[in-house]
Amino acid sequence: MSAFMDRVGRMDRRWIYLAIALAVIIPLIARLSFPVITTPIVQNIFDKIDGMPEGSRMILSADFGPSTVPENMPMLQAVLRHALQKKLKVYLLTLWATGIPQLDAVEQNVLAKDFPDRLAGQDWVNLGYKAGNQGVINAAFSDFPGAFPVDSKGRDVRTLPIMEGVKRIADFNLIICIGSGFPGTKEWIQFGGDPSHVPVACGVTAVEAPLLYPYYPRQLLGLMGGLQGAAEYEAVLVKHYPEYEARSQEAIQRMGPQTVAHLVIIAFIVLGNLAFFAGGEWRGKRA
Amino acid sequence: MIRVTLPVLLTSVIGLLLVAAFFFRGMDRVNSDLSEYFNIIAAVAFILGGGNLVRMHLDKVQRRRPGWPYSIVTVVAFLFTLIAGLFKIGNAQGWTGPVEAQGSWFNFTYDAMFNPLQATMFSLLAFFVASASYRAFRARNVEATLLLGAALIILLGRTFVGGLLTSWLPERLAFLSIPNLSNWIMSTVNLAGARAIIIGIGLGVISTSLKIILGIERSYLGGRES
Amino acid sequence: MRHIWKNPRVLLALVAAIILLVFLPRVVAHFDTRHTNLFAVLLIVGGAILFYTFRAQQGVKYFVRKIPGIAAIEEAVGRATEMGRPVLYVAGTQDLDNVQTVAGITILSSVAKRVAEYDAHLEMPTSRSLVMTTARETAKESYLAAGRPDAYNEEHIYYVTDEQFGFVAYVNGYMVRQRPATCIYMGAFFAESLIFAETGHSIGAIQIAGTAQPQQLPFFVAACDYTLIGEELFATSAYLSQDPKLIGSLRGQDFGKAFVMLFILLGSILSTLALLFKSGALTVLAHWVQAFFTIKSS
Repeated sequence: MSAFMDRVGRMDRRWIYLAIALAVIIPLIARLSFPVITTPIVQNIFDKIDGMPEGSRMILSADFGPSTVPENMPMLQAVLRHALQKKLKVYLLTLWATGIPQLDAVEQNVLAKDFPDRLAGQDWVNLGYKAGNQGVINAAFSDFPGAFPVDSKGRDVRTLPIMEGVKRIADFNLIICIGSGFPGTKEWIQFGGDPSHVPVACGVTAVEAPLLYPYYPRQLLGLMGGLQGAAEYEAVLVKHYPEYEARSQEAIQRMGPQTVAHLVIIAFIVLGNLAFFAGGEWRGKRA
Repeated sequence: MIRVTLPVLLTSVIGLLLVAAFFFRGMDRVNSDLSEYFNIIAAVAFILGGGNLVRMHLDKVQRRRPGWPYSIVTVVAFLFTLIAGLFKIGNAQGWTGPVEAQGSWFNFTYDAMFNPLQATMFSLLAFFVASASYRAFRARNVEATLLLGAALIILLGRTFVGGLLTSWLPERLAFLSIPNLSNWIMSTVNLAGARAIIIGIGLGVISTSLKIILGIERSYLGGRES
Repeated sequence: MRHIWKNPRVLLALVAAIILLVFLPRVVAHFDTRHTNLFAVLLIVGGAILFYTFRAQQGVKYFVRKIPGIAAIEEAVGRATEMGRPVLYVAGTQDLDNVQTVAGITILSSVAKRVAEYDAHLEMPTSRSLVMTTARETAKESYLAAGRPDAYNEEHIYYVTDEQFGFVAYVNGYMVRQRPATCIYMGAFFAESLIFAETGHSIGAIQIAGTAQPQQLPFFVAACDYTLIGEELFATSAYLSQDPKLIGSLRGQDFGKAFVMLFILLGSILSTLALLFKSGALTVLAHWVQAFFTIKSS
């Protein structure tokens, strides 16, 4: 028994990889999903957008690349749907070169499909990508049109109706950053939201989320952490606006495989500890 | 002397200027302008890096070093992407359109190759997290046991199973439910630890930056002392 | 005394003093008073760092606790030499404008010197062209300082790609094919940290990591043999070189930490007492302590 548990403790990692692969593939194929409860930290973002009057200005920054699309794209789409539902003026932009396709994707998947009546340049604008990391936010702090002189189609922003009255970041009512690294939420808080007293909310990957808790709730009004956060926002959006139930399910569905994978990891951790104690390894390892 | 003195002087002047820009009015653009200059230098430096990459792989092919066929793939992929992007091949708007326009060769390369490859590499993390957790979360001592407990609570708390397991708890003990414990660990314990590490890192950054600006630290220049 | 004018720091201080004196009235008029508190903190912390650096230069010895990760670097390089396998060094995946990358290059200086002394092989793929250029200069000087300029080969420090996962794919492939005996990761990392560390573990390499990215620290701690946490990365250069000036600056850094800890304690006690006794005076004091460390905006 001891020898067997010792072998379990030194299991070839490929068995673990196989178990994880099955834990993700099977729920995906079976479309397994579980109920999602929205936590206060995500609810705050929803309540803020839901409570903003029509015509309020919102910056929505897509600061992520293809690698984190599964986590960040559902957040971006859900927040955009909600903002457009509330008839807010949405200013899409990105500080990542790889964020351009993400903005194109939401234009096609959300704006064109769900809100075809909304006019570009009037109800929403895609300001595209601007190089310079936090320098762009710094520049936009005092001169927003100067920092983003043209939109993604090359049109001078000063000719667009949506840019009327927009001179600096302080002229906005909310900043939401959907991001996964640098530049991202921290830079928007430090250089944009905090100095100009504009509320900031964010949606980040699960790895980034713990680092942003120090900013909550003073500098950050809400935080969507990882796929769980995206699923929570989708759940509360669908609860209040059932018309989006069919279109806003990506994160909720992906939580099925994530939940099963978490349980498999927990099982392996427990197995590893059982092997550690039963195999006698702990006698030599106690520090 | 000039080889070390000039870079040190330049670093000092620019560093002090950037620090001063934060404390004095009328210097708002210094930070953003210098960031732009850095971007320009980095972009020009890319030519150096790209040239080195091509030269290195062509050398590998020429000398038939192990793995040389992959060097051909690297060079071909590099040149293809560079030419497709530079000349905007396949762009409906030609040279005036954006480089990533739909239908362009560059856009196809991005959607059909870059995206899936990047997603594949990122998804390795799912497997590595599992194997690292299996190896690392062993109750070897008190600290490791606390870490193990916290990890289990948070892993369960991020799923509906956590709520289900402790749904039987009465109202007055609701704070002991796994989702609430998970939130408490993240917003109190983790917060304290994260803040402490961030403060330490901040002090380290101040110290290192001061040393570099004032020329005390020069190892990055090549270790020569003047 | 005649040579004092050739000292660049003296020259710089002199130029700065002249400029300051000439422009002092204008400087004072343009000072942004919203940041007075921050300026005071900068003077206190920065002043402490300079003070202790100066004292160390005068010959005062300061104690630095043993950091296992740094002490292991020599052992790790020796292991690579014995096994006849390379030392893989990755100075992060960010550019030179990131202070962690500069710290990584600084540590490279000491690591390259050890590698040269032990006649091992150093391999350093980089993710940025500027980092490649700087690393080459640094390594070259280190080999020269070790008396082994002949052993230096700039082809071993090369640029791969700016793209995060392209770089990860290359480094992982290198690890699996060449099986370095030692993997050293010093700098800014993001999602690639766990991928590097797990792959390194799978090939049996001894791994030493150091980063000031708090969200990546858990992955390095779980998968690497030694991890330098946060500020330890910035202390490594001082520890390895044993340069008195650098060790003095560590002392100044610790003074800054003590200063912050004092105010955290003070603020916590004042806030708690203000709540308990509902005292207006204590509340005002607690707010003052908080405001001292607040960045004011317009």
